Amino acid sequence: MNPFHYSKPESVQDAVHLAGPASRFIAGGTNLLDLMKENVTRPEHLIDITGLPLREVHETDGGGLMIGALVSNADLAWHPLIEQRYPLLSQAILAGASPQLRNMASTGGNLLQRTRCYYFYDASVPCNKREPGSGCPARDGLNRIHAIFGASAQCVATHPSDMCVALAALEAVVHVQGRGGPRTIEFADFHRLPGDAPERDNQLADDELITSIELPATGFAEYSHYLKIRDRASYAFALVSVAAALDLSGPVIHGARLVLGGVAHKPWRDKSVENALVGKTVSRETFTAAADALLRNAEPLEHNAFKVKLARRAIVRALSDAALGGQA
Amino acid sequence: MSATIDDATQASFARHPLGLTLNGQTRQLEVLPWTTLLDLLREHLDLIGTKKGCDHGQCGACTVLLNGKRVNACLTLAVMCDGADLTTIEGLAEGEQLHPMQQAFVKHDAFQCGYCTPGQICSAVGLANEGRASTTADIKELMSGNLCRCGAYSNIRDAIEEALPACRANAGQGGGQ
Ligand SMILES: Cc1cc2nc3c(=O)[nH]c(=O)nc-3n(C[C@H](O)[C@H](O)[C@H](O)COP(=O)(O)OP(=O)(O)OC[C@H]3O[C@@H](n4cnc5c(N)ncnc54)[C@H](O)[C@@H]3O)c2cc1C
Ligand code: SF4
Ligand code: FES
Ligand code: FES
Repeated sequence: MNPFHYSKPESVQDAVHLAGPASRFIAGGTNLLDLMKENVTRPEHLIDITGLPLREVHETDGGGLMIGALVSNADLAWHPLIEQRYPLLSQAILAGASPQLRNMASTGGNLLQRTRCYYFYDASVPCNKREPGSGCPARDGLNRIHAIFGASAQCVATHPSDMCVALAALEAVVHVQGRGGPRTIEFADFHRLPGDAPERDNQLADDELITSIELPATGFAEYSHYLKIRDRASYAFALVSVAAALDLSGPVIHGARLVLGGVAHKPWRDKSVENALVGKTVSRETFTAAADALLRNAEPLEHNAFKVKLARRAIVRALSDAALGGQA
Repeated sequence: MSATIDDATQASFARHPLGLTLNGQTRQLEVLPWTTLLDLLREHLDLIGTKKGCDHGQCGACTVLLNGKRVNACLTLAVMCDGADLTTIEGLAEGEQLHPMQQAFVKHDAFQCGYCTPGQICSAVGLANEGRASTTADIKELMSGNLCRCGAYSNIRDAIEEALPACRANAGQGGGQ
């Protein structure tokens, strides 16, 4: 870890005024300190945001919820309103990391965690995301955990968050504040595809702070399910994960959300597949057709073609479990 | 970590005051910004019960109770603990009286080499404080943040299962929620 200066502002205003290209905000520290120990990130200044008043979860006028950026992953997953109205989000959070890490990790930090690509983590090898222009050893190297959608010649990394897959399915809105004032970003637009600037994971500017995440009223509490497939039973990142949510009346589908994790640089969603489910009846055939449609454009690399097959089965199972009431 | 940064460099960075309650005692310290809580305990305060396994949040050997909640000390900056109530494995017993979780680990022989044990016990006390584990499967999942290279998992699980009711009865012990 490189030496750095430390400050702890007491207001959001002060925090964004302190921020610059060589500084980083620190919340739970579970991703940032890990990357600093590996010399992947070398900030000159850490701005401790844990003193900011961003720990509330409250109901919005529209019937949704506003979640402060500093609410811990554990407190959010076990919050009574989240458990009752957004069980998909609880499940996704509890499928990630460990109880200790979830106690530390914050809502805002979870969105901004960086890829687990092993070349990115190894500061002695090239990587376009860490060192723009240096190359991407993963594209023709070991790419078992990498993307099957939306990758570029410059980067084939995946976004590792579980929580974000559920937030994408729930169409959350990210509230941010910078020196120029506040703005909101739709969840689908928050994370980027790598394109020719893989060093940028998302749309946030250097001086912008995430202040809260807003959930719309519709939580799909009755019929939703988060399914995570990993190399061991717990405490591992997703190879493939699925957030499935249905609006049903009897066996007829009135609305659907279907988002994949572990397969792209951001949670992967195709609204045309969701729309095609509307009006159909719950059945294995319906769900298999949705899986095939979603995976039609997959572009696997040398070592991750297994993800296509895995995702197909995971989608069918997640949608089936969602239709059964979700808590499997 | 502070060892890898030379004295002259260290001198050009401000030390920050750190006040905390450590195992029931009030402490006033000064730390450099990059000192982790784990290094503070082990290298500066001689509390070596808390172990360094991976130093990257992957093994749970460094688990301590921060305001009653289990966290990984290796991914926590000491300077960010100002005002906290911290309990380490050294602070769980009351004098000669072992904490119920410690007693259960002894009774069930829930260790082999013992390296993961302080982290396992602190994590299990955190688990009890959370009050979320009601089945054996819950214990297994909610203890997945603590690895044991010796594979003493089944005895660890038995010990926790036995001690959970007693720990819940005096929840807040070892880190006061
Ligand atoms: C061993 C291990 C296993 C893990 N397994 C999983 C898993 O299975 N699934 C999963 O989803 N995650 C997993 N994680 C990742 C974990 O969820 C993230 O590290 C955590 O959510 C990050 O939150 P934080 O508050 O600790 O962020 P920090 O480390 O404090 O910050 C991360 C980044 O976000 C920035 N930041 C933080 N808060 C804000 C804010 N409010 N506004 C602007 N910028 C901000 C920081 O500057 C930094 O760049 C794992 C982590 C570890 C170490
Ligand atoms: S996939 Fe992306 S993160 Fe991994 S080595 Fe290539 S450029 Fe770096
Ligand atoms: S030493 Fe902290 S988790 Fe391994
Ligand atoms: S007892 Fe040896 S690592 Fe657990």
